[in-house]
Formats: sequence, structure tokens, C-alpha cells
Amino acid sequence: MLGVQLAALLDGEVPGVEETLDLVAGFDAALVHGFARLDEEQAGRLAAVAGALRDTPLGPAVGEAVEKITAGSIGDEHLGVLAGARTALFGAVHDARLGRLDAALGRSRASWEEPASAPAADGPLGASRSWLQELAITGWRGVDHDLVSASDQAISALLGESRLRRLAVLLDGLVAELRASCPVATMDHVPARRWADLWARALLLTQPGVQGVAEPVGVVSGRFLPLGVDVHEHGTAVQIQVHGVLEPADGSSARLMRTSVAATKVDTIVGPALWRLLDGYPALLRALAEHRSADLADVPLTAAGDLLWREDQATVGEPADPFATARLRLADALAPAVPPLERHPVRIAEPVLLEGYTINGDTLDLDGNTLAVDLDRLPGCGPLTPELVAASSACVGLLRWDGGRWLLQPLAVQATVKRKAVEAHGGDWALGPTDPKVVKAEARAGDAVAVLRERAGRLLRK
Amino acid sequence: MSADVWERSVVRVVPPLRPRKLAKVPFVELADGRLQGVVSSGSDIARVYVSSIATRTHGYSCGTNNNRPCGGLHGAPCKHLRALVDEAVLQYGLDRVARYLRVDVGEGEDLVSRLDGAPEPAPAAVVFSRFLRHLAYLELPDTTEPIAELHWFPATRAVG
Repeated sequence: MLGVQLAALLDGEVPGVEETLDLVAGFDAALVHGFARLDEEQAGRLAAVAGALRDTPLGPAVGEAVEKITAGSIGDEHLGVLAGARTALFGAVHDARLGRLDAALGRSRASWEEPASAPAADGPLGASRSWLQELAITGWRGVDHDLVSASDQAISALLGESRLRRLAVLLDGLVAELRASCPVATMDHVPARRWADLWARALLLTQPGVQGVAEPVGVVSGRFLPLGVDVHEHGTAVQIQVHGVLEPADGSSARLMRTSVAATKVDTIVGPALWRLLDGYPALLRALAEHRSADLADVPLTAAGDLLWREDQATVGEPADPFATARLRLADALAPAVPPLERHPVRIAEPVLLEGYTINGDTLDLDGNTLAVDLDRLPGCGPLTPELVAASSACVGLLRWDGGRWLLQPLAVQATVKRKAVEAHGGDWALGPTDPKVVKAEARAGDAVAVLRERAGRLLRK
Repeated sequence: MSADVWERSVVRVVPPLRPRKLAKVPFVELADGRLQGVVSSGSDIARVYVSSIATRTHGYSCGTNNNRPCGGLHGAPCKHLRALVDEAVLQYGLDRVARYLRVDVGEGEDLVSRLDGAPEPAPAAVVFSRFLRHLAYLELPDTTEPIAELHWFPATRAVG
């Protein structure tokens, strides 16, 4: 990414974004208080959301839902429509921001093609929907231990169905935050936007007919060159999402792709131990740890640009330096489309390469253009630290957008430490830590995964 | 947390846990108004103790997963309860545990000696089933289907 591209990215507001976010903030404030206790001002804010969507296909349904809810009739079909309305507003913000980014980078993006209709997720969704309804009626400020615990059964039922994993993982994350914040009434600052995001997405995933899993649209073969790994984690889940460039075997143009592996876990498994949960994927972990390409044969591909990793259809290939991949392939690789329901700014995670910048604290300066560096987003399971980022001169990272500004999430850096050139990548420890100090600390702590698997083996099957 | 948490989608709400050895005390939580958890027996690998301390009264209890009371409870917290508190402090930090139990305790001071409760019955079966539910997460199949919702939950560095 060049200075002029960063300048183009940051150049002024995108029209309409701020107004849209104001509408969302109004909605979120109503959810803080609870739909059962709307005062006139909050009712007005919901009406404003309906007003903004009036001329869209959602218009009539949103108008009716807001009317019913402000009158005190809080049915789950109306809440589903409201969640859809808020999602549509953020979809517009997402499109505006991603459009600006693509224009600034000159990145071309595939257009969305609806996959052939796949079976909708089905299963024990009713209990989750009712719980989300209860939350909306009560409002975040009214959440207490009883309301939080009422989700236990719903989530247990979801966890049993692999097609409902997304919803289960999402609710588990939300519930842990609510539990840690109980009673919410005494919290200084309620994370209103975040919780409303999670609530709305969860409610959409409980709607009949919504697909829980990404259906493949075909298979692809070729050479996958990893750029870096984005790690996601909460108490009971971990996901690694590898961003990379696919060179298709059929000679068609290179494509930006992602491939992910996710596992459920417990909150005491943290840091480098996370990789041990993914030990069923040795080829992927080796490609990450050793900076190698992966040769893929007929791997399923989704319309959203996700390669569904198949360990037995992947062969670890030649060394492939992610910085070289970024320098040579990033500019012309075709970016994937975003599925309609996932259009939310939080999902914007676009790989970029930055070089020749200076860093001051958490701000990067490239030719006089400044970009915030998200130093909170350096995972504990890898070698990246704020100090390494500060000492870096080149970075492969993800551009993200949150809180009204662009952020850079470093995935790999080249830095100079004590006059020596060093390089660190988020996946360097995928086969175990390489830093002797970390190895020692891990040995002291013992193998958390093994200890708990032993306990599970002994106690769960009695 | 500052005021701008209101306007951000990604905010860390749950403080990160510190890694600790799990062999002796595989499960600790601050939940349901108690510091509660499961302590592995030193002598029998198939036996565990369910131990808990209530936040308000500091009433404590300890017994096996088969509901036999712990023989070490003689008017004072047994070694299982001490281990539970020690590991909770490692996992959550002294501040958070002390705040949860509503006691004032300085860095390096013994938390257990500040508790003034007496033995009192606790729902050991509930705690044990929460532990089993906890372990069950390690038995679920993993997936290569992308979970887009996890973009709201970035991995971060642990503190301390």
C-alpha cells in the first residue's frame, strides 16, 4: 500500500456514513434500556430507523415492527425485522467503507453470486430466539445472573448440532461477557454497539431459512500462498483464519482467499497452547510455521472466497515468503465478494503490505498520512509484540474499520532489533513456540490441553 | 473502559485469563454467587472434590463428586479450598477474586485468612455438572467452515 493509496483511503468522510451510524446509535440506546421501557425519545429513534428504510424493500415491515414494539407488543417476528433493519444499516456502512478501500487500493472484487439453494439450518432455534427476545424486552441495563443463566439450555442444545455452530459460538461469547458484567445496571459504560451487533446477528441466525453454514459453490486446485494468520478467540472458541493468495491450477488469475479452522475450547487454554487444539491439521500448521505454500487438490470453495480446508487434499509445498507473496501478488489478486448477511464493518479484514513507514506509539505514519495500529489485536499465541511492531519497517496486515476509523492489524513484521534484521509472523509458533523463554514458560505450565482431555476422558464417560 | 466503548464493535469486555497449571485444580470459576471449582484428589485419579465459597457469607463447602463430605473440613477451609483459592488468584488475579468475594486484601497477603465463613451446604452437583459441561467443549468436533461471527472476538495478548 503506497502513501497515495493510504491518503485516498483516509480522504474525507464517505457521505451518509455518519448519519447512518447515528441511526444505529439511536437503536442501540433503545436496546440499553429495553424495548419494554421505551420513552418518547427512544421511540422516536426507532421511528427514525424506520423512516430511513421507508423506501427500501424492508420499509413496510420495519414500519409495522416499530409501531408494534413502541405500542408494547414485542413479538419475536417484529424483533427479527428490527434486527434485519439494523443489519441493513450496517450493510450500507460496510459497502461504503469497503468500496472506498477497494477504490483506494485499486483492488478488484468479485461480485456476489447467490449459491444454489442449500438446506436451511434447522434445529433447536426456538429457545435461543426466546432468550434473545427476553434480552430485548429487558434491555442490557436489566440483565442479571438469572437472565444470563437462562441461556444455558439453549446453548447446550445448539452445541449438539454442528450446522448451528456459528450461532452457538456467537451466543457463548455474548453470554460470557454478560456474565462477567452482571449486574449490568452497575456498569459504567455499557458496550452498546458491540452487544447490539451480537444480539442482531444472533437473532438473524435464529430466523427460519437462514443458512448456518457456507455452502461450497465448487472445487478448486492450485497453489495457496499464505500471507498471514488472523486469530479469533473467546473463552470457549478459537479460530485461525489464514489469508493468502491462490494461484489456480487452471491458469486463471490469482485470487485473495481465506481458509479457516475453528475449535471449541475452555477459557483456561490460552496463548501458544491454542495451537494444540488444532493438531488435527498438521499440513496447515506446517505451512504456517515454516512459511510454505500449500498445494491444494479439488478443495471446496465458497462464494465468499473461503477455501474449506481438507487436510487430505493439501500437500505442504515449497518455501513461500509471505512478504514476497504480498509484494508480488497482492496488487492484482481478485478479492472475494461478501455474503449479503455478513456485510458488517467488523468483517472488513483486507490484506495489505506497508513499507517505509515510521511508528510512534500506536500510530503509523506513511508519507505524512497516519493510520492507527491495533496493538490490542496481537495474539498471545504468536511472537508479535507491540515492541516488534514499533521497531518494524515493513508489515503485512489487515485493514479494519471500527469506531469510525481505519485500523491496521499486523499479521507479520520485518523489524530491526539491536541492529539485526528480524521477522515475526503470527503463525510462527503453529508447531510450538520458537522463543526459548516461551518454551520454558510453557513447560512450566504443563500441557493444559492434555490435562483437560485426560479429565474429560475419565469423568465424562462414567 | 472508556466512554468510546459505546461506539465500537470490538471491545474487550472479559479480562483475559492468565495461564496456570491445571493438573491440581482443573476448573475454577466466579459464578452463581460463589467462587467454585473442582480439585483433583491427590490419592485417587478417578475422584475429584467439588469446592466452593459463597461471596456474601463466605460459607464454604467441599465434598467428593459422589457427595461425600471432605474429611479435611474441621471448622476451617481444607487443603482443597486453599488450592481452589490459590488457583483462582493465579487465573483471575488477586484483585478480581478479592473483589468478587468482597474482602480487602493487600498484594501478597493470604486471602483465605480474610474469609470469615463457616461450613455451609452448597449445590455440589450443579458445580460438578458445570465442570462436565466445561470439559465437553473439548470433545466437540472442530470445523473448517468459517465462523464469520468470530471477527467480533479477536485474540489478544494476555496480561501479566
